[in-house]
Amino acid sequence: MSTAASLHQSRKRKNAVMMALCVIAAGIGLAWLALILGALIYKGLSGVSLSVFTQMTPPPGDAGGLLNAIYGSIIMTIIGIVVGTPIGVLAGTYMAEYGRFSRLTTVVRFINDILLSAPSIIVGLFVYELMVRPMGHFSAIAGAVALSILVIPVVVRTTEDMLNLVPNALREAGTAIGAPRWVVIRSVAYRAALSGIVTGILLAIARISGETAPLLFTALNNQFWSSNLNAPMASLPVTIFQFALSPYEEWQQLAWTGALIITLTVLGLSIFARSLTGRREDR
Amino acid sequence: MTAVSEAVTSSALRAREATVRRFAFTDMVFRAATRASAILVLVLLGGVAISLVAGSWEALSKFGLNFLTTEAWNPVTENFGALAPIYGTVVTSAIAIIIAVPIGIGIAVFLTELCPRPLRRPIGIAVELLAGIPSIIYGIWGLFVFAPFLQTTIQPFIINIFHSVPGLNSLFAGPPYGIGLLTSSLILAIMVLPFITSITKDVFDTVPAVLKESAYGIGCTTWEVTRRVVIPYTRVGIMGGVMLGLGRALGETMAVTFVIGNAHRISASLFAPGTTISATIANEFTEADGALYTSSLVALGLILFIITFIILAIARYMLLRIDSRTGA
Amino acid sequence: MRHFIRSAAVAIAMATASTLTLSAAWAADISGAGATFPYPIYAKWADAYKKETGTGLNYQSIGSGGGIKQIKAKTVTFGASDAPLKGDELDSTGLAQFPMVMGGIVPVVNLEGIKPGELVLDGPTLADIFIGKITNWNDAAIKKLNPKIKLPDQAIAVVHRSDGSGTTFNFSYYLGDVSADWKSKVGVDKALEWPVGIGAKGNEGVANNVSQTGGAIGYVEYAYAKQNKLTYADMVNKDGKKVAPTAKAFSAAAANADWNSQPGYGVILANQAGAESWPMTSATWILVYKKPDDATATAEALKFFAWSYAKGDKMAAELDYVPMPDKVVKSVEEMWGKDIVDKDGKPLFSGM
Repeated sequence: MSTAASLHQSRKRKNAVMMALCVIAAGIGLAWLALILGALIYKGLSGVSLSVFTQMTPPPGDAGGLLNAIYGSIIMTIIGIVVGTPIGVLAGTYMAEYGRFSRLTTVVRFINDILLSAPSIIVGLFVYELMVRPMGHFSAIAGAVALSILVIPVVVRTTEDMLNLVPNALREAGTAIGAPRWVVIRSVAYRAALSGIVTGILLAIARISGETAPLLFTALNNQFWSSNLNAPMASLPVTIFQFALSPYEEWQQLAWTGALIITLTVLGLSIFARSLTGRREDR
Repeated sequence: MTAVSEAVTSSALRAREATVRRFAFTDMVFRAATRASAILVLVLLGGVAISLVAGSWEALSKFGLNFLTTEAWNPVTENFGALAPIYGTVVTSAIAIIIAVPIGIGIAVFLTELCPRPLRRPIGIAVELLAGIPSIIYGIWGLFVFAPFLQTTIQPFIINIFHSVPGLNSLFAGPPYGIGLLTSSLILAIMVLPFITSITKDVFDTVPAVLKESAYGIGCTTWEVTRRVVIPYTRVGIMGGVMLGLGRALGETMAVTFVIGNAHRISASLFAPGTTISATIANEFTEADGALYTSSLVALGLILFIITFIILAIARYMLLRIDSRTGA
Repeated sequence: MRHFIRSAAVAIAMATASTLTLSAAWAADISGAGATFPYPIYAKWADAYKKETGTGLNYQSIGSGGGIKQIKAKTVTFGASDAPLKGDELDSTGLAQFPMVMGGIVPVVNLEGIKPGELVLDGPTLADIFIGKITNWNDAAIKKLNPKIKLPDQAIAVVHRSDGSGTTFNFSYYLGDVSADWKSKVGVDKALEWPVGIGAKGNEGVANNVSQTGGAIGYVEYAYAKQNKLTYADMVNKDGKKVAPTAKAFSAAAANADWNSQPGYGVILANQAGAESWPMTSATWILVYKKPDDATATAEALKFFAWSYAKGDKMAAELDYVPMPDKVVKSVEEMWGKDIVDKDGKPLFSGM
């Protein structure tokens, strides 16, 4: 009897220790965030003003803003996501639903996992050979394609994982009432996995919104306003990269402000997307 | 009477048939679309891989297997070897994952089991936010804030503690530069944390409540439920999160180049400067003009692919063994 | 199998659809790419030029190596490089090369109690420090150059660039010029196999590492030393005179150089003669095709360069760059009028 009691005690103790460790882990995560975000806000906030959003990137020594870079980043990120997400989600769907045991799935999964770690500069070079050289000039559309190639592996991986976790009983229930496969996938599997798929897309946005290397050899960058998809276009990460490493104070200030803008945008998107999927979860 | 009912049935049957046919058609289109996407992914990503092989051909045919075992990296004499970047890549990513996985899983457990409900979403989003900070900012923050902090406080302290412990004294040997392998590992750990955490949290949420309730029902503690039910049920998903994180750690460039010291040397000390594959590519690609130089840099990228390939194969093999042992 | 064919067809259709939307091409702006060092001044000139003429010229810093690759691939109107191309390479590619602006490279140190300009170094000593032969600040060679200041017994921490860079090219060219040891053991290039020290990314990284590490020495572009208020060292130049890094000393080196001695004005300004010459002065070059496919764009670019030569001097000085001497400008513009032509052989440049 006493051994059982002591066993109970030790199990409880172990539980308490592990749970305390989990709380500490969360504390560490939040502390890091606070540290980095604190530095970002401290350095970036003082530069936030209306002119950041209404003026073009200035030459050194002048006041200016980031309008062309913000615009370029938004356009290329949107195109990158719009092109990459459907391909990624559909491919993930095939791998988890139709072709779960097919050889194609195994191959795609393997290549996909390898490409998750491809240095983004390699993707930039691939698109450079694929589009920039044949077209004879740098262009925003090439930048967007490079970004979409970075989006795809992240979305494929999360979509497949999340769909695989949807219990088969749900699918069988759908099929049993006579729903065709694609209806089951759309109305049952997607719905059950929605939050995870959205997480994947958010991670993909977060990843590409700060990427410098794939844009440098594709979209280049632009000092001036350009909305021409077929010409070099400015982007926030490349601008931040160039300004942060310059000796001039105005440029360094704009770099921090730009970084703050990217981070806050990703934060805003996360909250927005979470509130959308969250409401559905509560229902 | 029967005629009427037959007519009704046959028209219903016809309608039914049409519907089934329509369903079958849509299903076929949808299936074809998903399959086409999977093939497109294969073609696209395969294209990246092939262009890597083509780009690295010149260097590989010149240096052969020596490329893998040479530590030298000399652009002047055009003698290149990948050993130092391979070492740096493997060591920094391994340390980053070793640090980030327990913390990430810990945060996920905290979020799904312990955290008061109203706080769950804010904290979850906060961790995800770490993924949204541009990597160059991690680099600058690491260089200006984190490295000086390590240089003046943590590193001298550790060097003092371990200087008489055999083994550890060469692992933590000075001088404290602030930047080096360990600093980049720590920065990488922070960067991959959100990937591991958000995926792990999401897969934890998919565990059917029935499973957990029945474990609680027989008197299991929260830790036991997590350890014996939740983690085994979701291990493939967690693995996916770790792979995402590892992928980012292996391929991360900007943040690492600022804090690793970029030396093509292999040192026993974690405080010594080193380099990684992606840092080398990012540092030198834009200024490389010789064909062999450029090709050697692309060959580094190819080696990173191969490293990832090996790690993935090992991970899959381990998962398979777990599966066969548990008989699942 | 049929499934496979059908899906492949869909995949191809998707791919063609996406390329079709791109082929509706319309003319791109004048763009240039290359060296990082002149990026701020080109951006400044381009901004002022656009305000005056309405013509936008987009220059981006992707590195000298990148600039040379891009102009060869004809994805840009002009390329820019911190290291000049050799004469035979210019001939084989049909490129014209001319210098645009100059700057200086400065050794920076972090020694307690020593103020900017107090420390004096010469070429051989600097080479020995970066090769690892001199490892302590109280070394006899440094003492001999600095009899008046008290040098600490402190290890020298060498900080160098980790990324490939024109700054490293010019710096190592100078060290190779003054030290045979450096030339044979390390060599001259934009990236090197450094015998000692830690590598930092960019001028900014070097500046930061030097200012944080006691006993450190590094080399940066003059603007970074000035803006970050780093302790720079004076140098003993080829004539054996002590000089401080100033715009005047950089100009003196340029004035003493024989610009026409190399094809494409490819003169390295390191270690030039003259009592006032700063030994680590460097220029940056522009590359354009002598017979460009898009003659209009190149003509526009030449107009911009002529404008910058004529009106950009003050802006350059503000950003700590050194404008080209007038006689070099004159010679370059004559070369444009002669060498850079359209398909029919008509010159693209005919004065301002």
